[in-house]
Amino acid sequence: MSDSNTWSWLFDGANWRNTYGQTGIATQLANHVEYSAIALGIAVAIGLPLGLVIGHTCRAAFLVSVVNGVRALPSIGLLVLFYVILAPHFHGRGNGVFLIPTEIVLILLAIPPILANTYAGVQNVGDAARDAARGMGMTGGQVLWKVEFPNALPLIFSGFRSATLQVISTATVAAYVGLGGLGRFVYDGLASHDFPQVVSGAILVAVLALVADLALALVQRYATSRGVTGRFARTRGAATPGAVDGAVEQLEVATT
Amino acid sequence: MILADTLTASDSSPLQLFSYFSHHRHQVLSWTWSHAWLSVVPVVVGLAVSLPLGWIARRYKWTYPPMVSLTGLLYTIPSIALFVILPRLLGTQILDPINVVIALAIYTVALMVRVVADGLGAVPEDVAQAATAMGYTTVGRLVKVDLPIALPVIAAGLRVATVSNVSMVAVAATVGVPELGQLFTNGFQLSAGSPYYPPIALGIVLCVVLALVLDALIVLLNRLLTPWRRAAGAR
Repeated sequence: MSDSNTWSWLFDGANWRNTYGQTGIATQLANHVEYSAIALGIAVAIGLPLGLVIGHTCRAAFLVSVVNGVRALPSIGLLVLFYVILAPHFHGRGNGVFLIPTEIVLILLAIPPILANTYAGVQNVGDAARDAARGMGMTGGQVLWKVEFPNALPLIFSGFRSATLQVISTATVAAYVGLGGLGRFVYDGLASHDFPQVVSGAILVAVLALVADLALALVQRYATSRGVTGRFARTRGAATPGAVDGAVEQLEVATT
Repeated sequence: MILADTLTASDSSPLQLFSYFSHHRHQVLSWTWSHAWLSVVPVVVGLAVSLPLGWIARRYKWTYPPMVSLTGLLYTIPSIALFVILPRLLGTQILDPINVVIALAIYTVALMVRVVADGLGAVPEDVAQAATAMGYTTVGRLVKVDLPIALPVIAAGLRVATVSNVSMVAVAATVGVPELGQLFTNGFQLSAGSPYYPPIALGIVLCVVLALVLDALIVLLNRLLTPWRRAAGAR
């Protein structure tokens, strides 16, 4: 029960390979990444274009409150609910019975931060920049693609990063209803009172989340135009009257 | 079709959540109470820690980037991981609710240090200078001028922290901590043969209601504490 047991469990090569009775760490890590990537890919495919269009056309500002509403939904409750609804409709063996309810919940959780931050990012683009682009003769689509999207990129990334963290975290809990992934070690270990296994699973998930976030931060750094990041540095300087309202609004969107 | 199935099945319909509640009232109310407690205490503790840290990050500007990125890293740790790692670090039992309190307090700090620093940063420079000119000391200005002005920002951060806590507390039921999440684990176990919705539906409804009530309390408190914002007729 000492910590050396956790480290020896974690670094035992036998635990990384698949054996007859148990799926190893390497495979479960790949599963975890796969489940998360599927959900994030679909969520981006839905949330990003929707947020860009809604932000560009300035409609549907109620989206921000929808995000707050979704945050109030207990993710574990949704997981159990969707599993219980869908499970009887699956026949035969296979992973689908666990995977499909989980993916639905993960996508539902990932869309709101991506959608709302994309919307807010486009909305935050200064009128001067937008008018200048129009004055140069850009069409609506060009303004969106060449001006609004690059300027919105930092907020879009922050939405995508919080969606990623939430998806990785909830995919772990999905092991409770029976899905594979790193959560398996946490729940299987709890069931068999194998605490080194529990803690190892938890450490692996935490490291995966950390690496994913750092990788995205790196991508963000090189994907975002330098002119745009400079804009953010300036707003953090001297405060002006009305800065409190601005900070509240930014917070309600950005920290999903 | 799936929805029709669930609504017509008599006993296991989600709409039976009311009768489920009345049959298990004592148990459910005690879970609701501990759920509320587990959601609120970490926010209070977390705020108490983040106020000085946020102030430092604002006062000594070079501490802002490292402080915000370090606390931001804490935010990346999934809640279920913290729930099972903390007992090992603290020497507590895995079922001890204190693990949940500490885990969620860590998330609150991770979010609120940045919020407090940004909130204090949103105090207009002319106001700060006027307060200094009127003779406020550093601490006096902080308590009587800076914090009240930053309050709406801090309240917005607390709303985010509290509402996500309600959802994260429910996850702790999967490792056995007694709160509303037990309705989900019970519902999951009772659905082994055929779907049994009442506890699951009841759990989701109670979690959302709890989150909305706590959220409304913070909004109300913020309104009461910042009367000048209404007097100004701004909003």
